[in-house]
Amino acid sequence: MATSSETAMGQGTVRRGLSTALLRVRFFEPASILWVLLILFLLFLVASPFAHLLVVSFEKTGGDGFTLANYVTAYSRSRYLDGLRNSLMLGLATAVVCVAFALPMAWAVSRTNMPAKWLVWGTVLGAFILPPYLTAIGWILLAGPNAGWLNRMWMAITGAESGLFDIYTFTGIVLVIALNAFPYVFLFTKSALDLVSTEMEEAANILGANAWQATWKVTLPLIWPAILGSIIIVFLEAIALFGVPALLGIPARINFVTTQLWEFFGFPLRMEVAAAYSMPLLLITLLLIYAQRLLLSRKGYVSQTGKGGERRPIDIGPWRFVLLGYCTLIGVLAVAAPAYVIVQASFSKAWGRAMSWDNFTVIHYWQILFEQSMTQQAIMNSFMFAAAAAFLAIGLALAIAYLVTRRLVPWGNVLAFLCMAPFVIPGIILAIGFYAAYATPPVALYGTATLMILAFAARFLPIAYATSAAGMRSINPEMEEAVRILGGGRLTAIRAVVAPLLKKTLLGGWLLVFIPATRELSAAIFLVGPQTRVMSVLIYDMSEEGNFELVSALGGIILIATSFFVWLGFKLVGRDFMLRGR
Amino acid sequence: MFKLALRNLTKTYGDVTAVNQVTLDIQEGEFVSLLGPSGCGKTTTLRMIAGFIAPTDGIIEMDGQVLSSPKAMMPPERRQMSMIFQSYAIWPNMTVAENVGFGLKLRKLPAEEIKRRTADILEVVHMGQLAGRYPAELSGGQQQRVALARSIVVKPSILLLDEPLSNLDANLREEMRFEIRRLHDEFRITTVYVTHDQGEAMVTSDRIAVMNAGRIEQVDDPYTLYNKPRTRFVAGFIGRTNFLEGRRERDAVVFDGFTLHTDAFAGPAGDGSGAVTLSVRPQSMKLHGNAPGNPDGRCVIQGKVVERAYLGEHWDYGIAPNGSGVQLRVTALPIEVHDVGAAVWVEFDPAQVAVIA
Ligand SMILES: Nc1ncnc2c1ncn2[C@@H]1O[C@H](COP(=O)(O)OP(=O)(O)O)[C@@H](O)[C@H]1O
Ligand SMILES: [Mg+2]
Repeated sequence: MATSSETAMGQGTVRRGLSTALLRVRFFEPASILWVLLILFLLFLVASPFAHLLVVSFEKTGGDGFTLANYVTAYSRSRYLDGLRNSLMLGLATAVVCVAFALPMAWAVSRTNMPAKWLVWGTVLGAFILPPYLTAIGWILLAGPNAGWLNRMWMAITGAESGLFDIYTFTGIVLVIALNAFPYVFLFTKSALDLVSTEMEEAANILGANAWQATWKVTLPLIWPAILGSIIIVFLEAIALFGVPALLGIPARINFVTTQLWEFFGFPLRMEVAAAYSMPLLLITLLLIYAQRLLLSRKGYVSQTGKGGERRPIDIGPWRFVLLGYCTLIGVLAVAAPAYVIVQASFSKAWGRAMSWDNFTVIHYWQILFEQSMTQQAIMNSFMFAAAAAFLAIGLALAIAYLVTRRLVPWGNVLAFLCMAPFVIPGIILAIGFYAAYATPPVALYGTATLMILAFAARFLPIAYATSAAGMRSINPEMEEAVRILGGGRLTAIRAVVAPLLKKTLLGGWLLVFIPATRELSAAIFLVGPQTRVMSVLIYDMSEEGNFELVSALGGIILIATSFFVWLGFKLVGRDFMLRGR
Repeated sequence: MFKLALRNLTKTYGDVTAVNQVTLDIQEGEFVSLLGPSGCGKTTTLRMIAGFIAPTDGIIEMDGQVLSSPKAMMPPERRQMSMIFQSYAIWPNMTVAENVGFGLKLRKLPAEEIKRRTADILEVVHMGQLAGRYPAELSGGQQQRVALARSIVVKPSILLLDEPLSNLDANLREEMRFEIRRLHDEFRITTVYVTHDQGEAMVTSDRIAVMNAGRIEQVDDPYTLYNKPRTRFVAGFIGRTNFLEGRRERDAVVFDGFTLHTDAFAGPAGDGSGAVTLSVRPQSMKLHGNAPGNPDGRCVIQGKVVERAYLGEHWDYGIAPNGSGVQLRVTALPIEVHDVGAAVWVEFDPAQVAVIA
């Protein structure tokens, strides 16, 4: 009796276990496989290059065994240490100059009755459209020793033997980067200024302070956290930049971290030392981003006053024309002058000669577009890689944002962190990580379009993720649940409801990835192969050869394309589309 | 067999027990409400039925087949149910007709039939003219009707509604209650309706399950629930009431300062200790200016008016029985006027007194 009942019970358990397993199989959601694949891909795209960078920095050349020798090599020569010091100096100086440029502009636009404020917005937009290396080339044409426009004007006017300006100097490099990066400071401080109510200044006025005193003693301290935050951003931009230091610093024999890394990537290839040498840059970036988070999370004092409070522009009398003059000057230096000389050079037989009909030609554009297969290929590559990378980044970001906001997987915030991580990894270091992970065997993607696309996608994934996550949060989950309860699976819900509702957001995000990816230089230059060169790399190579007319024509094409896509974004997504995802 | 059966259904989030050992059987074609205050676990229960949330413990069965258990869960899209959400969840990228036809399309019906059934159901909810509109062009009430049409048109095995009227203004809410019941009478879809509004539940439901802190306190039809609440919570949540706490002593219940004879009530229970709580609705008592005769064994106690308010449809009196600390709420018709301080006689109707503990 006892035995038989035990057996029966045993069978019951077995049967129940079996039926549970069957239930699991029967109720399995096919989408789950997709989630696992996506997470693996994210690890492949972001975590693995980063891990490789760390590992490689401790590897012996050739890859057998571990060593600290790379670090010893990287920090033993004074030339390498100079590079580090110069980069830090560059970051600091650029940040200070940016504040000097942008603070008056932000104050003028936000608080005063300065006329023609559109001019400032135009300058900011123009500075966004000009990639840093084109600003640098513009300034080579303007202030190259002797041949530069400004120097020739100086010599013509004063009869001097030599020019006045030399852009191939530390000061020149700082100036060029600052002229390109000041919009960060402008946007940060302007939005902080927008939150300071007039009443707070008037309270100071009542107590006997005049307008200037009120501004210095009340307004400035209130926006200080925003200024500091933007200083950090500019600092990080400047130290991670490759194009400007390479174009202006290498001829001047001024070494920076990024150009030194480039040298390590020359012949003989010293990837391990490069990995070791990139660590300070990475650490500084991580630390400063962390500091910036702290700074912003303290929320300043500004937000406590709320958005309330009336704001009236301060009447600054005739000073408003002084301010307008200053803003115009910055606009000319940052956008109008470099863009003008580039366009002019691109239509000239020889850029050094004056504008005249016998100097006019379209031959450079003709060559680039229709004759030279190298430039044709580079243009095609730039747009194809950028488009593919934008699709990849947006697709991945949207899927991960979906997983995270809908809490479909545990550790969603780790995934979100991984998506945002490339934001704090300078592009050049990401490229080295990619090189270490995927360029060499066994993956051996070196020289393929795939490598370029993956690198661009990883580099701009944070923009895509920020946009997608914001979009996902705006969709009520009940919208999808309504699909599911009516019999549609998760993927149907995404296709029929989520995707259509996010159309605009996704288009904006796509453009926000596509536009910078068409002009990306600092990651591309480390990863291009003979068949995968892009416009930016070609511009760099050709300007080393001194062929500035062709360089300018290629730059002209970048400017036209960028302007077109920015216009498209304004048109299809809305005026604020470039400020999203930041 | 029951259409839908919840067995010891439990859901915990960390330390919070959102739903606690809920057991409920629902017949084919029945309309059952889950009624309770905010945070009592109604939505969680409903979403477990829909398959959006996995239970921590217990099972859900439909037609005898297990849908959810802690081990395995059938995804919502395979349950053949439909649901109306608090936000309506009308898809803004589709027209009214596309919204309504979507479920039919998922069921791969021929286009002709989809068109016909969509048109038919839109007529039923009086939205025929607006089939081509987009949701952004509809009022809240119209969106609600689209949501109703969308979930009914697929002839679901079970229809779930989560506070569908809470975003409408008061007049529309009144109207839509009856509309929902009308649609149920027409289509007889087994329905689970979640609300915190007792009026809604009473208008629409065959039976109401009153929930409190994750548990079901009582399941009954609206009449029984109102007149014979079994727990203090149910009596207090559904309508206004007076709680009278007393002690049983042989054939009487003794309260603070007055006594009612037990033979008047239908079997007063109370627990072993003899403590008894009665729930007496304000309108179940009658006020008399003079001592009434006591022909049919009704209970009458004497008291005094201590406060009153005139609310148009009725008087609201506060009565203190003589020699008692208790105060009774009594409502009376507008013509029954008693001044503050006046002596009154309160007459109980034993049939309308509920013993709750
Ligand atoms: N995802 C969740 N995580 C933690 N607690 C939850 C979650 N969902 C619901 N709860 C808690 O469970 C309880 C019941 O919630 P809910 O079912 O939404 O109540 P109701 O719909 O009756 O207002 C509440 O106390 C709520 O805070
Ligand atoms: Mg709820």
